[in-house]
Amino acid sequence: MTDHRATIQAYPNGPLIVRGDFEVQDHLGNPLPNARRTVALCRCGRSALKPFCDGTHKKPMARRVPEHDLPSDNGQGAGRPS
Amino acid sequence: MRTPAPRGPLSEHVRSIIRSEPSETCGRNIADVDDAITDDDLQLALWMSYELHYRGFDDAIGDAEWDLDLLRLRAEMERQFLEDLRRTVDPPTNKVRPLDVPDALARLTSDTGGPSLSRYLQVEASRGQFEEFVIHRSAYHLKEADPHSWAIPRLTGASKAALIEIQFDEYGAGSAPRMHSELFRYAMRGLGLDDRYGHYLDRVPGLTLAMTNIISYLGLHHRWRGALAGHLAAFEMTSSAPNRRYAAGYRRVGGVHDAALFYDEHVAADAVHEQVAAHDLCGRLAECEPSLADDIVFGAAACLALDNLFAKKLLCAWASGQSLLLPERSERMALAL
Repeated sequence: MTDHRATIQAYPNGPLIVRGDFEVQDHLGNPLPNARRTVALCRCGRSALKPFCDGTHKKPMARRVPEHDLPSDNGQGAGRPS
Repeated sequence: MRTPAPRGPLSEHVRSIIRSEPSETCGRNIADVDDAITDDDLQLALWMSYELHYRGFDDAIGDAEWDLDLLRLRAEMERQFLEDLRRTVDPPTNKVRPLDVPDALARLTSDTGGPSLSRYLQVEASRGQFEEFVIHRSAYHLKEADPHSWAIPRLTGASKAALIEIQFDEYGAGSAPRMHSELFRYAMRGLGLDDRYGHYLDRVPGLTLAMTNIISYLGLHHRWRGALAGHLAAFEMTSSAPNRRYAAGYRRVGGVHDAALFYDEHVAADAVHEQVAAHDLCGRLAECEPSLADDIVFGAAACLALDNLFAKKLLCAWASGQSLLLPERSERMALAL
């Protein structure tokens, strides 16, 4: 079986999906322990499994509301409950 | 696995056919079933009919899988199931343009509108409740990926390759111990549950079975290949975040630490699968067969509707200290006396 050249595909509003012959390494050049032949690399910076995607990009960002716009009782919650 | 105990005339009749036992006409009119989705008898009858296409039963005699009487009965049950499902599902009222299918799926799955079962399991569920959840889920996960695999021969080209890409992972990328169904069995053992296929079948109610029966139904009908693709996409697209929570909850209630591997694996795997399912499977399928666009969205909506209904009923039962599991057989027999 021939090795396939690695491809990196950017999915809209989502991660980079890597297929083919590749190796993901840490900053010291050590291969990261993922046994998957196709991986999703985080593009939003919010994954808890970086460099791999864990779906966090779908969660709304916490909104920063200027103080003078806050209602007097409570601040607004961060994002939508799920 | 042997045929399960019947729950009414429909499941009793199906069981008789499977075991080649003499039986008269079925003593229940399917048109009289109030709600096929939650009907314990109908859903078990359907489950048994479909199971003949999966692992079968040790006490099956002859070739019940293609028995015409059984297929006729199954078709009637499916019609009722579909009718009740259409009433429950809330698809968009406008026709979806094929190019918009991935976006429509993203919108559907971004706000399910349902209660958060996964958050409850993460932080509040008792050990017993977590075990109950796993028992319900075992009805699907012990045959994980098989129901969606029916669509493979029904697709062509890029969407077929995309489905294979997802399923290849689900089946452990060629490694039996890494099959997701095997990882789930390990997770069950890590909670002290019995991991044998079919062991808890008698305990799970109609709605739990319906969540898998719908996939078998869509997958076994060529006409519904679009809906099967949409169902898989919704399934994958609502997986990563809940699985992260399930893993935390599993560890919190004392599940054996490395047996949470099932949930950990799904967080990363489904981050890939949801993209492939939405764009490469459903998006390309809609491009190739534009008439399937609405079906794709319907399948996704059906997946979410059943998931939400289950979550709502389970949380409601737990809030009043109850369970959705059917009583053990010994309890049922004692109650019947």
